[in-house]
Order: sequence, then C-alpha cells, then structure tokens
Amino acid sequence: MIWGVLQFPGSCDERDAQNACELAGADTRLIWQDETSLDGIDGVIVPGGFSYGDYLRVGAIAQFAPAMAAVKEFAAGGGPVLGICNGFQVLCESGLLPGALLTNEGTRFICRQGDLVVQESSSPWLSEMNAGETISIPFKHQTGRYFAPPEMLESIESNNQVAFRYAEGQNPNGSLNDIAGVTNEAGNVLGLMPHPEHAVDPLTGSIDGLKLFRGPAGVVA
Amino acid sequence: MAKHRELGLTDDEFELIKKKMDREPNAVELAMFSLLWSEHCAYKHSKKLLGKLPTEGPRVVMGPGENAGAVDIGSGYSIAFKVESHNHPSAVEPFQGAATGVGGILRDVIALGARPIAILDSLRFGELDSERTRYLVDGVVRGIGHYGNSMGIPTVGGEIYFEPPYEQNCLVNAMCVGIAKTDEMVRAAAAGTGNKVVLFGSKTGRDGIGGASVLASAELEEGDADKRPTVQIGDPFEESKVLECCQELLANDLLVSLQDLGAAGLTSSAGEMASAGGTGIDIDVALVPLREADMEPFEIMVSESQERMLAVVDPAKVDAVLAICSKWQTDSAVIGEVTDTGVFRILKGGELEGEIAIDALVDGCPLYDLDPAEPAEWIYGNQVTLREGADPSEIALSLLGASSIASKRWAFDQYDSIVGSRTVHRAGSADAAVLNIPESDRAIAISIDGNGRRVACAPFQGTIEAALECAANLACVGAEPLGVTNCLNFGNPEKPTVAWQLSQSVLGLTAACEGLGLPVVGGNVSLYNETPSGPIYPTPVIGMVGELPDPAKAGGESWRDGDWVALVGPFNPSLAGSELEKARGQLGAGLPDTEIPPVRAAIELVRDGVRSGSIRTAKDVSDGGISTVLSELALESGVGCDVSLDPVIAVHDCSDEDALFGEGPGGFILAGDRQSIELLGGKGVQIEMLGRVEGNEVKIKAGESAVEILVAEAKASFESLPGRIEV
Repeated sequence: MIWGVLQFPGSCDERDAQNACELAGADTRLIWQDETSLDGIDGVIVPGGFSYGDYLRVGAIAQFAPAMAAVKEFAAGGGPVLGICNGFQVLCESGLLPGALLTNEGTRFICRQGDLVVQESSSPWLSEMNAGETISIPFKHQTGRYFAPPEMLESIESNNQVAFRYAEGQNPNGSLNDIAGVTNEAGNVLGLMPHPEHAVDPLTGSIDGLKLFRGPAGVVA
Repeated sequence: MAKHRELGLTDDEFELIKKKMDREPNAVELAMFSLLWSEHCAYKHSKKLLGKLPTEGPRVVMGPGENAGAVDIGSGYSIAFKVESHNHPSAVEPFQGAATGVGGILRDVIALGARPIAILDSLRFGELDSERTRYLVDGVVRGIGHYGNSMGIPTVGGEIYFEPPYEQNCLVNAMCVGIAKTDEMVRAAAAGTGNKVVLFGSKTGRDGIGGASVLASAELEEGDADKRPTVQIGDPFEESKVLECCQELLANDLLVSLQDLGAAGLTSSAGEMASAGGTGIDIDVALVPLREADMEPFEIMVSESQERMLAVVDPAKVDAVLAICSKWQTDSAVIGEVTDTGVFRILKGGELEGEIAIDALVDGCPLYDLDPAEPAEWIYGNQVTLREGADPSEIALSLLGASSIASKRWAFDQYDSIVGSRTVHRAGSADAAVLNIPESDRAIAISIDGNGRRVACAPFQGTIEAALECAANLACVGAEPLGVTNCLNFGNPEKPTVAWQLSQSVLGLTAACEGLGLPVVGGNVSLYNETPSGPIYPTPVIGMVGELPDPAKAGGESWRDGDWVALVGPFNPSLAGSELEKARGQLGAGLPDTEIPPVRAAIELVRDGVRSGSIRTAKDVSDGGISTVLSELALESGVGCDVSLDPVIAVHDCSDEDALFGEGPGGFILAGDRQSIELLGGKGVQIEMLGRVEGNEVKIKAGESAVEILVAEAKASFESLPGRIEV
C-alpha cells in the first residue's frame, strides 16, 4: 500500500504523517501541491499545519491547489482520504466533508493529550476500532470548533457520519455535539481535528492512532 | 541633536569613524555604522569579558562567531543551538516582539543548514498583580505560540519567573535547537571573488528600522509606545517556506555560504559575511525586492524586515537556486557580488551610494573597559507577601502557589509541543525536555535556566548555580551535558553596579563551565535592560544540551506508593536569596559559596542511576526548597509522603526552616526501592534516607517543625496561576 501525503507551503505535520503510515506498515510519497496525478497512490492524507499560512481563512487557499483537484477525483472514485487538523479544514473548504471549523472557544491554541470516543460508522477508517471504544490522541489546534447548520448537523448525525466525539468533559474547543471527526456519506473520506499521527509511538505518547492508519489497508489491498 | 547622536553614536565614536574613513560619512554610511557599532551588534561593553569563556571541546563542531553553536552527536549528525533575547521589542509590543524573537533564533539555526527541532523560552515579567504584566504575559505567550506552532516546530520547554524588577522591562529569551548532517552544515563566511550574493525570503520593507540601535541598545523610557514602528512584524508562513527552501538548497549542494538577516538587516549580514571571509562585497539596492517602491538606500540597508536570508552562490548555480526559491513561492534576487577589495560598496542601479572598509565597519568599533563597583547595599526593593506568623504548612502551600514556582502549564498548553514526533518529555513532565534522535540512535535533553534573583544576591555565585541547575536538570533525565549557550541580560553596563554584576557573572559562568568541563558554543548579550525605576535583576540565562543513550530510560516519572525517598548530594540549604526570603521581604546581598566538584559528583551519580534504570524518579531541589520538590512529586502522582529532614539538620547543622525551605545547588530527591538507592552510595556522595511515599498528605518533619498538607491542597495551590493571569 502506498500513501500519498500532500504537502502545501506551510504544512507542518506531513513528515509525522509519513512516519505514522510507515509504522502502520505502508509506504509513502510526498505529493507537492502542484502535482495533478495520484497514479499509483492507494490512499491520501491531507496533513496538519498552516497551509498558505492559513491567512484569509483556514484551509481556504489550499482547496484551489492542483493536487486538491486530483484528491477530489480520487475521493469520488471511492479512494480513502484522511484529513488531519488543517487537512480536515481543507477537506471541509473543498466540499469533500460537511461543516466548517471555527476559532476555539477561548481563542487560544491548545495542545494536550485527550480521549476520543469512536462512533458507530461503516467507514473503512474505523474498521480496526469498535463503536464506543475510547482512544487517547493529542489535540492541538486553534481553529477546531466543529460547526454545521442545524439541518446539516441532523443529517450527518442520522447518517452515522460522526466518526469521533471528544470524551465527556474533554471538548477543548466548543465543537457542536462534541464532534471531533466526520466522514462523507460514503465513508471513504474522514476528517478529524485531533492528531492520530502523533499517537503511534509509546515513547512520544500513546499508540492508539496506529489503528486508524491500519484501517483502510485491509479494505484497499 | 546631531545626526550621529540621534542614531546612538557617541561624539568620540563619530570622530573615530571620520578618522577611519578620512572624510565625513554620508547618510547611508552613517546609518550602517550606527547599527554595526551599536552594543547589540558590536558587543562593545562585553566582548573583552566574554573572551575568558571556555569554548573548546572534543564534541564542538561550531563555536562562537557562527550563527549558532553546534555539537557532534554521532552517526554524522550534529545538534545546533543558540539562545537570543528579544526583550525591548516585547516590552513595547509583546505579541510581535515575542513572535519575531522566536523567528529570529530559528533563522540563526536554519542558517547553519540545520532543521529546527525544538524551541524553549525563558521569560521574566513583573508580578501578576499588575495589569501591565498580565497584558505582557498574554501577548508574549500568544506570540511565541503563533510563530512556533505555525512553523511546525515544537516548543518543548522553558521557564517563567515573575519578579518586580522586570515590571517595566520584561525578558523574552528564546532558544532554538536544530539537527543537521555535519558534513552539510554551512558557514557564514563569504568566499570566492565573483560569486553572486542572493537575497531570498520576504520583501524588504520599512519595518524594524533602527531596531538594533535605537531600541535594543538604549534604556527603555516613558512614551516607548512611540517606538512601535521599530518592532518588526513576523510572518511564520514565510519563514516556513524559507526553512524548506534552505533545506532543499543545501541538500542539492547549491550554496557556498548562508546567513540570516536579523538585527541591522542587510548591513550586518553582508558585512559579517565579508568580514568572516576576508573579502569585499558589492550590494546594489536597486536589485532588492521591496515592499514599497520609494525606499531610500539607507532604509534598504538597515531594514529589519523578517524572514530573509542571504546566500553566496557560484554563478553557475544561480539559476538552480532561483528555481528552488520559486518552487517555494518566495522572492529571490541576485543583489550583489563577492569582491576581493575588502570594501563594502553600496550601489543603486550601478551608481555608487557609499563605500566602507569592511574591517572599519565590522571590527572597528572601540571596545570599552567596564568600570565595575560593588554596590554597598541591596539595590533592589523588598515586598512582603507572606502573612507574619505563618506556620510551616501555610508557608509550604504559599510557596507552591508563588508565581515563579506554580505550574506554568497554562502557557505550555498553548504551544505545540509534539510536532516532529520527537518529544519524549516536554516542560512540566520532566526537569528537562527530552527529544528522540533516531538518526543517531540516542536522545538529547535540553534545559534552560537562570534565576535572576539569586544572581542579584551574588552575581558570581548565582551564575554558577544557574549552570549547575541546568546540569542537574539534565542529570534527572539521564543526560550528559555537551555544550552551553547563554544570553546575558543586564542593565546599563556604563553604570558601575551593572558593570560589576556583568563582570562577576561572566566570571561565574567561566568557573562553572570549567568546573563541569563544558564548552560555551554560542551566546548573546542583551544590555541596557533598565528603566527610570532601575536595572533588571542581572539575568544570565543558560541553555544546556546533553545526550542520553536510551530515551526509554529518561526518567521524568513521579514517585509511586511505597517508594523510599532520599536526598542525594552536598545540598547545604540556606534561606539566602530564596523564595521564602522574597515572600518575607527580607532579600539582601550574599549567597553561600559552592564547591563545584562535589556537586558535579552528585550530578554524575544521579545521571548514571537514571541511565541504568535503577532510578525512576529524580528531581533536583530548586526554588522553594525540599518542601516544594516533595510537594510537587506528590501532586503529580497523587500520593503523599511521610518523611523526616532531621538527618539534613544533623549533617548541615541548619535550622528547621532552612531544611524545609532553604535553597542552594547540589541536592536531588530520589524515589524508588530502598536497595537501588542505597546501592548508589559509596562514591563519596552523601545519601540520606528521608522516609516513604504514602497516604494523601505531604508530611515533612524537621526538628520541632512540620509541614502537613493534603496533596489536594498542594495541587490546588500549584495550579492556581491561570486564574491569576486571566482575570
């Protein structure tokens, strides 16, 4: 399995995402923002960071990068796409995922280890986890408050598109319904604010994030 | 006022410039001299002193004079590091001042060809009951986070002290640590007549003009808000592109030399490159990419616009360099050429605008002898904050909540401490930050420290203690120190008291580094940190980098129920200069002397114990004394202790209070099984068993006195800072 990890000017966690994929047993390739083909790529990660400085609005400029056009096509064909933090924001801006991410309640950047509760979902990304399971993964962001208008929120809830919620009392940013991550309707595109790629080594934290990176392998290969 | 005085040059210095040039300098030449002859660039009041510091060692790859120091960590890799101040800009505009302080120190490390992997900060503010302090703290912490987080470089540690003498003149020192392949590192020296000079990164604007001379090299005064235009504005996105661009340029072997643009902008970078290489340099200001079209040549030469780098490039490789800059969407231009003239020529569209001999500009500034005099009495004030008659338990709780001791998690949670996947311990989870370095199959530990109050009490002794504290912090995670960087933050060196503090402190640093066998590989001096209300506490901030073979044995854990607790080392507790003496308003001059060799022996014993895995919990005794360190271990683990300090009182013949709250170097609290601790003995280092870990209370008996506090109470006091900052 070969993962393509997107790289925009201002990306921060792309090497960490590569490292996580490799620890999960896959190969990786960095995809520079102006590439137009994803030939040979089995899955895509849109990593964390501050693409294009996140000036204007988080994720708003990256959605126009040539590589994102290729990602849209890849996702439409059912390919697995994971957006982490800034990647989640980019996928929302691109229309691949529902909703939007707003500035944290409290306005400050937060960085701390926390717990997520896995939700009922048919997404391949969650195939190695059980609904109701709690995983320990770091939160780090300043613009992570999940928002969707009432009708959209109701729809993603009823379609089981909520993949992860912050554990009770741990919502760090004021996200609606404690939502930490959502999928598209088909389930092949997942976005989440917390950082599974920073939960892959007992030395630097937990290893719960590995389950996520192993998820699509069985489905795709 | 005469132009040269407005720019911060004395009449004598101006006469010397005329003599060296054999004529009057024109506007652009005078502006350039005023910056490179400023304290900030020329170190004119400190250079003579700094020459005494030990700088050599078997692991040193780059020492003072380069953009940053570097030490070898094996397998072909080196660790580069440096600490630098951004004090006055942060006092004038805290968010941008702190942000660009981080940006500036990152570029120093980037310029060596290293990739930054960690940031640490050492911050000093006035007391939290001041609204201005709270404004500064909030802005500085947000600014540090903004820059480091956006760059994807983890902020892994640091320290924050709150003391009245920093009220009007806060200190913001930032340290950057980077990793590089040793044979790919670049130096800053220009070389090769005919080679091209390429400027890349941000466009050059009018921001930060006069920062080094007007802001950094003079005392702060009323109405300094007017100086806001001299503070630069940071753009971490641009720097992130510049970093990746530099890494790609170096990986393709396209650069002869590289230098960042910091204080004094193009003048300093180009001048120092030529000076280091023994060459001349031509710069054509008409070729510099500008933000505003109508900038004067002198403005272009002295602009401190951020996120810019200067490279010397073989003409055959220029196109390849510009192409990589273009890939990273950053401006680049050939703006000049290396010459063999020994002269810095400023051209505009080919027309000569100014020319200065490089040696006059870079090395011609007169160096001054200090005129030190020890003050007859304590020159800083005293404030009583502790209730008279408070019993030991009340004192213990009050110290845990003292602003300089209490948990700084409020700040650290605002920094990305994990990006890069190396962070084994960040600040707060251990005494030193620990980063995994799989490239060379080991880990590094980093500590930054400098207790200005103790240095104020006794500059020589206090500075020794700061260096010992860093080494002790490293020992607690099993690391052996490899090198030292420092930032000397002092008041106006032209005043005898400050001159005395500075010279004593440098002597102390020299003694400590010699005593520990450590080289100083780089540093920075920040003088004129004073306001009409007086100088800051003399604050040498020491940064230390060490290595450890196995990050899995990096200690940093709290104790466990049933552990034995021991005090190790030649710790001789005294209230002089302590947190308790501060709270009682009884501070005065003087600290007990320290013999370095026995402290070094204790440091090595603890390090070896942690490395071997026999010691899981080690914490050095620091601010607030033994009572405070025991309480911290208890509140981290949730388990209390029942110990007696009577052995300490017996050995040192000290008072109950000295034993409970006294401070000084050389003490470690270890916890673990009794046998492992006792096995450490027999190497001439004192080990005293104090008691056991148990219960939900911290119970410490000392002679006729006792501290008895609930772990939950200790925790509440220790974590009380957020409510006092965000009021």
